[in-house]
Amino acid sequence: MNMVDSAPAMHNLIGSESDSQRTLYPYVTGTSVVGIKYKDGILLAADMGGSYGSTLRYKTVERLKSVGKHSIIGASGEISDFQEIMRYLDELILYDNMWDDGNSLGPKQVHNYLTQVMYNRRNKFNPLWNSLVLGGVKNGQKYLGTVSMIGVHYEDNHVATGFGNHLARPLLRDEWHENLTFEEGVKLLEKCMRVLLYRDRSAVNKLQIAKITEEGVTISEPYALKTFWNFAAFQNPTAGAEGSW
Amino acid sequence: MRSKSHVVLASVNKANSELSSHQKKIFKVDDHIGVAIAGLTADGRVLSRYMRNECINYSYTYESPLPVGRLVVQLADKAQVCTQRSWKRPYGIGLLVGGLDESGAHLYYNCPSGNYFEYQAFAIGSRSQAAKTYLERKFETFMDSSRENLIKDALFALRETLQGEKLTSSICTIAVMGIGEAFHVLDQETVKTLISEFEIVGEEPPADAPDQGSVAEPAPADQGTPADQSASPMDI
Repeated sequence: MNMVDSAPAMHNLIGSESDSQRTLYPYVTGTSVVGIKYKDGILLAADMGGSYGSTLRYKTVERLKSVGKHSIIGASGEISDFQEIMRYLDELILYDNMWDDGNSLGPKQVHNYLTQVMYNRRNKFNPLWNSLVLGGVKNGQKYLGTVSMIGVHYEDNHVATGFGNHLARPLLRDEWHENLTFEEGVKLLEKCMRVLLYRDRSAVNKLQIAKITEEGVTISEPYALKTFWNFAAFQNPTAGAEGSW
Repeated sequence: MRSKSHVVLASVNKANSELSSHQKKIFKVDDHIGVAIAGLTADGRVLSRYMRNECINYSYTYESPLPVGRLVVQLADKAQVCTQRSWKRPYGIGLLVGGLDESGAHLYYNCPSGNYFEYQAFAIGSRSQAAKTYLERKFETFMDSSRENLIKDALFALRETLQGEKLTSSICTIAVMGIGEAFHVLDQETVKTLISEFEIVGEEPPADAPDQGSVAEPAPADQGTPADQSASPMDI
């Protein structure tokens, strides 16, 4: 998540002028996004934190957005780049609607468009510093995919970005199955988000869940997860270490 | 002509002499789109190249086939530009564009003026009126027609334009596309078989009653007229 180390070494070699026009390292970042397919469509979860380095600076950042009628997107990484991506997508959907014919862009098309955008930016050494999750339903077909800042993209029944790959995916590999109901899906996602809340230092306890089905998109109001800290080891943390040490 | 799920394009290709080859009038634009032209075939080649390019670019960005309705609008806008610039001339061809998109099979006719229309069945080129008369009689049954009947009706319509000449597989070209079936031109053998099967040579077309077999008026874009050397652009 913190890529500050690798970036500065590079920028002396490539494009010395107009460095101020390129993304060198991320500043305000969002952490993991987790997405799963379920019986009626797709569920995405992300917390609402925007970290400024190691400070949990912003706590109401909406990282899940709808795209057209058939897709939702979740982003981790640089928040300002996500806002730029949303501008690209809104324009894409606008032109798609302007055709005013019976056709509309589905999640697969939006995902591929994003892949091309991310890959092209990476080739110009000016990446959009995000990892995106794109999910949707069109004509009964469910679609869930992800794109990274270098253009790596794939689809799967469950995807995650950042720390979600390390902490949430193993849970999903064990517990995901086809035909999860909405309640089961939310419970599974909350389990993943809780683990991330405990273990990812950039996570905040305020999250949203987005659902997309053939009928449309719903993004929940922000809410918090219940956590448990009543472990014996936390009761008297300094027991056995009295003294000035 | 077209049905809910298929489009058939048919054209008559008469060569100038025994020595020369037939002129190509039906082009594959993508797996799901084909075009038949009448008029200045050189202009046709150029527009086919444009259409193929547009399809490929869309496929590359979106990994999905370009909806034929959008391609047709782009083509029409391109043609319109040529009618408004003093240093350009309109494209000298009419195009019958058949293709598939989300909502099923479609057939469009593009004019040099920049207008485009959707059709159930149509014919263009010289002597297309004869084919149109046939199509007008039968078109109501095309929508629900089967693939085979659609092709059969295309052959019958072609025959109408020949005015007594024998319909053989060497002078006509038939192309088919449908849901689950990529655009392809039927080879000579297949056409020969179809012609003899339907006993078209010198026989009457099937009755008008919409029984399943005969009058499936497929709405393919009928090239109708032979590939006339002197093909005047838009003889409609």
